[in-house]
Amino acid sequence: MALKDSVLKVLGKKALAFDETAGSLFVEVPKEHIVACLTLLKNELGFDFLSDLFGVDNSALYEKKKKKKKKKGEESEENGGSVQEEPVPPRFEVIYLLLNLETNQRLQVRIRVPENDLTVESATGLWKGANWPERECFDMFGIKFRGHPYLKRLLMWDEFPAHPLRKDYPLEGMGEERELVYEPEGEGHWT
Amino acid sequence: MGPVKQRIANEDYVTINVGPSHPAMHGTLRAIAYVSGETVLGTDLEIGYLHRGVEKLGENLTYHQFIPITDRLNYCSAIANNVSYEMAVEKLMGLEVPEKAQLIRIIMTELSRIADHIVLVGILGVDLGAFTPFFYLFIQREEIYEIFEWYNGARLTNTFGRIGGVEAPLPEDFEERWSKLKKGLDKAIGETDKLLTHNRIWMDRTIGVTPISADDALNWGFTGPCLRACGVKRDLRKDEPYSLYHQFDFEIPTGKHGDVFDRYMVRMIEMRESVKIIDQAFAMYKELGPDEPLMAKVPKIIRPPEGEVYHAIESPNGELGFYIKSDGTDKPYRIKIRPPCYMIFQAFDELIQGEMISDLIACLSSLNIIAGELDR
Repeated sequence: MALKDSVLKVLGKKALAFDETAGSLFVEVPKEHIVACLTLLKNELGFDFLSDLFGVDNSALYEKKKKKKKKKGEESEENGGSVQEEPVPPRFEVIYLLLNLETNQRLQVRIRVPENDLTVESATGLWKGANWPERECFDMFGIKFRGHPYLKRLLMWDEFPAHPLRKDYPLEGMGEERELVYEPEGEGHWT
Repeated sequence: MGPVKQRIANEDYVTINVGPSHPAMHGTLRAIAYVSGETVLGTDLEIGYLHRGVEKLGENLTYHQFIPITDRLNYCSAIANNVSYEMAVEKLMGLEVPEKAQLIRIIMTELSRIADHIVLVGILGVDLGAFTPFFYLFIQREEIYEIFEWYNGARLTNTFGRIGGVEAPLPEDFEERWSKLKKGLDKAIGETDKLLTHNRIWMDRTIGVTPISADDALNWGFTGPCLRACGVKRDLRKDEPYSLYHQFDFEIPTGKHGDVFDRYMVRMIEMRESVKIIDQAFAMYKELGPDEPLMAKVPKIIRPPEGEVYHAIESPNGELGFYIKSDGTDKPYRIKIRPPCYMIFQAFDELIQGEMISDLIACLSSLNIIAGELDR
């Protein structure tokens, strides 16, 4: 595909992986270079519109795959094979939906965020519109965006103790109740 | 201290709290306005009052069960949400929807676009003190809702369509109803146009109020009528034609300054364009026989292959997209909704700086912020 080639040409070694489902092209880049990659894509390839950005928690997916593998492993162990422990891939993903307004092509950029290092560089310098999506991503997954002007919970209240879209958060909630403390400037935001 | 308060720290201002339950706020939105005299220096926005965890719910429901939840996003045009979600799942599964079903979808989506624009123009008038157009338009909206009710039993939360097609053909006397509605719409839009567009008071209240340049609008992620009001000719129906939209002949209206008047005018013209599309779609529909299929071949339990997909349609408000990640089971692994007014509303502080407090309401109305879609 032509888009894939041109992305590969611009990003070079920074493009770690490509995958494509039903015409949606996803490119994975290293977390440290995300803003550099987005700048390259914006300036060189004309992906000048940020549709949205959001997080994904992959922990349940890995768990499932591990179980499947274990099952297979047990079967093969009976046949004399051995199971190899693979390192767990990073838990979170952040996906940027980019759009080229000239050619109407769409490109999805993906970074993987490990649980022990949840800091990602903010894209608000490139697009002002990244402001609320990044706040929501922090709210729902706890991913912190370095350089964001005001990283504060967006949908949940400031004192909310958890990150609700993580897979280990139960659907029915954990019984949090909002205590109405009158504090005009809450401490709930991360700086 | 937030960036808005930091910016105005040296100014002398009074804090005015608008919302979350205020008759002029659209749903439960809250804007904390810092005003000096009657001039707004800045606003802090608080959203999330209507947050129901739709995305979390989606992860725990099957693909079919999520359709009624999408009704509750933008409740002014529920059908557009349904269609957008269904199309995303169909794209993930690689389903080909029959032509007849696509035409019914187009007709219903365009009807809901008219209904949505009617709400906006009517309420914008009410917010600015022009009450009469509201009645002229809402009688026709009622007629549209009758058609919805008569098609699938619900008026507001339609749960329209199925994954892979639609549930029923258009009822037999659709043509009669539509020709009656068309006349009524034409009259109501014409009357509203006469009452408002060249009205001195209306022009004073809307022209030049809260303008935004095309570059800024694109940087903020504007889509839909609010972007077209800035002069950017962008409509997913033309630019990334989905369904059968490439076969229809219609115009994309654009404004110039991106102010409240242009946003109003773009929507007024779009209503007439939607009427044109419905006429063409219904003519195509009539040519198809009664035995044409309405559903693609869909398994009883939907288990899309592993993968992820993003699909967007042009909803009345702008680009409404669904990102769906499937892990091969009967429930989606992750659903992300890209609501159009979410990206638009975050620019509100920039739009409203230096305007009068009464323009805050006008601006908010013209952006068409729907809390259900904003907070999800």
